Amino acid sequence: MKQVYIYKKFERFWHWSQAALIFFLALTGFEVHGSFELLGFEKAVAFHRIASYLLLALIAFSIFWHFTTGEWKQYIPTISKLKDQIQYYTVGMFKNAPHPTIKSAHKKLNPLQAMVYLGFKLVMAPVIVLTGILYLYFKTFDANDVIVVSDIPLEWIAWAHTFGAWLLMAFVIVHVYMTTTGHSITANIKAMLTGWELLEDEESNDDTSRETKEEQETK
Amino acid sequence: MNKTITYSVLATILVLLLVNFFHHEKPLNLSQYELKQKFASKHSSSVDHSQFKILQSDFKTPQDVTEACLGCHNQRHEEIIHSSHWNWDRVAYVEGKGITKLGKKNVLNNFCIGASTNEQSCAKCHIGFGMSHSSFSFENARNVDCMVCHDRSEEYIKGAALSGYPDRNVNLNKVAQHVGRPNKINCGACHFYSGGGNNVKHGDLEEALLSCDRNTDVHMASNGINMDCVDCHSANKHQIKGKLYSVSSTNVNRLRCEECHTAKPHMDEVLNRHFSKVSCQTCHIPTYAKENATKMAWKWSEAGKMDENGEQYHTEDSLGNHTYLSMKGEFKWGKNVEPEYRWFNGNAQHYALGDTVSTEPVQVNKLLGSADDIHSKIYPVKIHRGDQIYDPNTKMLIQPKLYSAEKGDSAYWMDFDWNLSAEAGMKGVGLPYSGEYKFIETEMYWPVNHMVSPKEKALSCNECHVRDNGRLSALNDFYLPGRDKNDWIDLFGNILLWGSLAGVFIHALARLINSIRKKELESK
Repeated sequence: MKQVYIYKKFERFWHWSQAALIFFLALTGFEVHGSFELLGFEKAVAFHRIASYLLLALIAFSIFWHFTTGEWKQYIPTISKLKDQIQYYTVGMFKNAPHPTIKSAHKKLNPLQAMVYLGFKLVMAPVIVLTGILYLYFKTFDANDVIVVSDIPLEWIAWAHTFGAWLLMAFVIVHVYMTTTGHSITANIKAMLTGWELLEDEESNDDTSRETKEEQETK
Repeated sequence: MNKTITYSVLATILVLLLVNFFHHEKPLNLSQYELKQKFASKHSSSVDHSQFKILQSDFKTPQDVTEACLGCHNQRHEEIIHSSHWNWDRVAYVEGKGITKLGKKNVLNNFCIGASTNEQSCAKCHIGFGMSHSSFSFENARNVDCMVCHDRSEEYIKGAALSGYPDRNVNLNKVAQHVGRPNKINCGACHFYSGGGNNVKHGDLEEALLSCDRNTDVHMASNGINMDCVDCHSANKHQIKGKLYSVSSTNVNRLRCEECHTAKPHMDEVLNRHFSKVSCQTCHIPTYAKENATKMAWKWSEAGKMDENGEQYHTEDSLGNHTYLSMKGEFKWGKNVEPEYRWFNGNAQHYALGDTVSTEPVQVNKLLGSADDIHSKIYPVKIHRGDQIYDPNTKMLIQPKLYSAEKGDSAYWMDFDWNLSAEAGMKGVGLPYSGEYKFIETEMYWPVNHMVSPKEKALSCNECHVRDNGRLSALNDFYLPGRDKNDWIDLFGNILLWGSLAGVFIHALARLINSIRKKELESK
C-alpha cells in the first residue's frame, strides 16, 4: 500500500464544482417543477438559468480536459470483470472478499463505474443538457423573428428535462453512497478532496503510479 | 508562490461571480423615461373658439351649432358619417357570415339587451340628434353632434330619452365657444356610464378615472402622468384607434400597449419572452373595478316582481348597488375583481339579431383563440353572466321593447308584460316571434384593458406558475411550467428516487450488521 496522487487539480475542481452545481440546479429545478417552494418561482428560475450557464461552461472545460489529457480513455467500458464487480458489491464485500479490481492512477474506475459513468456522460448528461438548452432558448424570438425551437412543444422539452433530472437524482444517491465502499468509509471522498489515495501496489511500469508522496513533494 | 497566485486568482473569480449572482441594481428603463417626458407636456389649444364671430351668434337649436362648426371645418362631417360612433355598425368579415355589418344596430348584450326599438332612450349615447327607430337620416350632416365630444365647458349634457338631443337647459352659446380636444369626461359621459350607471358594463372604465391615483390607473392618475383617453385613442380624421369586442369582431385598428412600450418593454429577457403568448394586460391589471363595483351578473328572469302594494321596488347591497329592480331583475356586483383569462387572437364572433342559438349558455359575444394559434395571447376578461328572454320555438334571442315614454305602448318598463314587449320588439326589428318565451343563460366577454397598476403591483410569477389554484388554472390547453407535470414521469422518478434511497439504505444496513458480526467473531 502506498499514497498515490490519483486525482489531479482540475479533476477535483471539476468534480466538486459540478457536484455543487448539480445540487443547486436540482434544488432550483424542482422548485420550478412545482415540487416545493423555497426561493420563490422568480428567483428559482433566475438562479437555475445562471447556474445552467456555469455548468455549460464547466462541461466545455471538462470535455477539453478529458481529450487533451487522454483521461477520456478511463471511461472505455470493459466487460471482463464487470460480473466480478457486481458480485463483489452484492455478495463479496459481506464475506470480506478483496476488491476484484485494483485502482490506480491510470485505471481509476472499476468496470462497473466505467459503465455507469459512461452512461452518465452519454445518456443522462446529454438528455438534461440538450433539453435544458432547448428550454433556455425556447421562443427567444417573437413571431416576427426567427423562431429557434418553437416547433418542439414546450411540454416535450419539459418532460424530457424532468426525466433526466430524476435519473440524475438516483445517480447522485447511489454515487454518494458508493463512495463509502472504499478501503475505509471516507477513503474515496478524501481522495477526491486531496487527490491522494492509499492504494494497493500495482505491477506496472507506469511512472506516475509509482510516484510516492515524498517524490511528488520534492518536485 | 505559484499556489498563492492561483488561489488568489480563483478566490477573486469566485467573489466576482458571487457579487454578480446576488447583486442586482435596477437598470434604468430609458424608453419609459422618454414616454414620461413625451406625455408630460400637455396639449394646449392653438385657437380660442370664443373669439370667432360665428360662434358668438345666438343658437336656437343644436343643429345650428353643428352648421356653425361645419362653416369652417367643412369636410369633417364626411369623416363622422363614416365612423362607427355615428353608424352604430361597421363592415367586417365574419367567419360563416361573410362580409357583414355588425354593431349596436344588430348585436345584443346581456345588460339592457339591445338598442333597437329603444332608441329614444339609448340614443342618449349616439353622437347625433334625433335618432329614433323609424326615422333618422345617417346622411344628414346637420344631425352630427360635435359638442358631445368636443365640449370643454363641462356644460353640455344629453337629455334623458330625447333621442340624442341635449338637455333643454344646456347653454348652447357657451358650449359652442368652449370647444376643443376631448378630455376624459367627454368620452366618459358614455363609456363610463354605459349600461345604466357608473362602471356597470366595462368594469375598467368608470368615473373614478377622472381623478384617481396611480394604484387605480398609472396612465390616467391625476398624481401621475394624467393622460387623456385620446392620448392613446388617437383620432386622426375622426377614425378613433382601438375598439371594444362587445361590438367589434376583427383584428384591425387595435390599440396595443407596444405602440408606446415596444415589444420588449422589460429589462428582463425572461419577462420579455412572455410577450409572444401573454398580453401586457394579463400581468399588469391584477384586478379591475378597483374603486367602484361593476355588474357581474344580471338575471332578467327575476324582473317584474312587485311589493305588497303592487308597486315596483328595489334592494341594495352594502355598497349601495342595486341587487334587485322590478324593471330589470336581479344583479350581482363585484369590486376589485380578479379577471378571468382567455386565449384571444383579436377576432370575435357575435350573436346578431336573427341568429339561431346553438349553445347554452349563449355567448352573446365570443373571443376567438387557443393556445396553439400563434396569433393568440392570454388576455384578462370580465365575463358578465346572466339570463335573458328568448323564443324556444324559433331559437332566437328576443329583442324586447323595454322603453317607452308612456303606458300601453307594449314597453316592458311600463307595462311589465314580457309577451307584449317581445312581440313589439321583434316586430320592430322584422323578426318572427312565436308567442312563447323563456329565459336562457347568457355570457358576455369584456377584455380588460384599463386600470393598469404600477409595476410593483403587477402579478408575480407564482400567481400563474403554481401547482394549484393559479390565475390560469382554467386554461388547460398548454404546458405551464410550475403548474403542469407528466404524472407518469413523476411517478417513475419518485419510484426511482425512493427505490435508490431504499436500496442504498438496505445495503448499508447489511454492511453494518456484517461488520458487527465480524467484530464479535474477532473478539471471541
